[in-house]
Amino acid sequence: MPQISRGFHGRRSEGPSDRIPPGQHLVDDFPVLSAGPTPHTPLDEWTFTIQGGAEPASWTWDEFQALPSEEITTDIHCVTKWSKLDTVWKGVSLDTLLGLVDHDAGYLLAFCDGGYTTNLPLEHVTDGKAWIAYDYDGEALEPEHGGPARLLVPHLYFWKSAKWVRGFRLQDEDEPGFWESNGYHILGDPWLEQRYWGD
Amino acid sequence: MTGAVDETPRVRTLLLEADGWPGHRAGQHLDVRLTAEDGYQAERSYSIASAPGEPLAITIERLEDGEVSPYLVDEARDGDTFEVRGPIGGYFVWEDDGRPVFLVGGGSGVVPLMSMIRSSSESTPIRLLYSSRTLEDVIYRQELDARAGDRVEVFHTLTREQPPGWAGYARRIDAEMLREVAWPSAEQPHVFVCGSTRFVDVAADGLVALGYEPLSIRTERFGATGG
Repeated sequence: MPQISRGFHGRRSEGPSDRIPPGQHLVDDFPVLSAGPTPHTPLDEWTFTIQGGAEPASWTWDEFQALPSEEITTDIHCVTKWSKLDTVWKGVSLDTLLGLVDHDAGYLLAFCDGGYTTNLPLEHVTDGKAWIAYDYDGEALEPEHGGPARLLVPHLYFWKSAKWVRGFRLQDEDEPGFWESNGYHILGDPWLEQRYWGD
Repeated sequence: MTGAVDETPRVRTLLLEADGWPGHRAGQHLDVRLTAEDGYQAERSYSIASAPGEPLAITIERLEDGEVSPYLVDEARDGDTFEVRGPIGGYFVWEDDGRPVFLVGGGSGVVPLMSMIRSSSESTPIRLLYSSRTLEDVIYRQELDARAGDRVEVFHTLTREQPPGWAGYARRIDAEMLREVAWPSAEQPHVFVCGSTRFVDVAADGLVALGYEPLSIRTERFGATGG
């Protein structure tokens, strides 16, 4: 039984409890968290690459825009404890991308401008669970929020939705990415409160 | 909680005694969890202000629409207990290897930087560029004044209001200010930037334009909400 904090009542204007994972609170704005400067990659230099399949696959910005896209409305949960409901994105499903690559991998390691990486089991990014998003709220995704394109894996803590993503490498083994090597959980399920090493 | 220091009208430092605390590295944070009588809980993260080995301290800015920070700044008192978890974070941390350190802080973003200053060795050169709204809002002002000298150089900018005769900067941080204060990138200082999103973006972009390697600039941002 946790200790009562004398005189603490809380605000608890906190929305539907079945949509707010433990330890999270709602925000209306969209906080930014990044480990370094914001990269600004011109669209004519941008490519998206999948390595580790039978053949490497790569798309230019225009080619990527021509892929079938979906609109996604979803809740997002940051490990720094804010959650935001009903965010609206547009992007390409990883089901679509992985369907274009011949492989038998179990994991991926996403890589990004700025040198950041994050790891994901493929079972957590297939069957409608993950996208490469390039629009947010009807507008082109801003650089501070990961534009031109970011991963969107909303059922995991939001650091898995890596900003400025440029591709991923398909792998047989789960290899910790940037935050996962710096104290954060290897998977990051907010409903299990898998925030840090040891959770 | 074993003590408190009022730093500014909106900012307070809490001294904590945590059973089993394993020690921390400068720059890390901890999680605070408060529990109301009916079991309702709220959690937030706060930067650690103390140097490793000193009594554990966190410094908290009261956010007007916050849930946890008003309690910690206005309500909590000596002898109160609440749950803490940590230390947390393995990236925005500093190990003193004698190389120069450039610290850029906006508002309460100075807190993890203060932990670094407090833990630095007698020979490590440090420059702090610190942006506050007014002189009254400068956190750790007396201690920074006392520490400032040849080894620890402190550059203030006051963005909203300056006292008569103010000799520091009097505008928001910009590329020109960074150029005047930062070491040449060739000296390869460690760089830590902490503040609001807009502050961090201006500082980090400015340092990249000065030739700093992007991966050498470690940033921590906080939004307008969250407290």
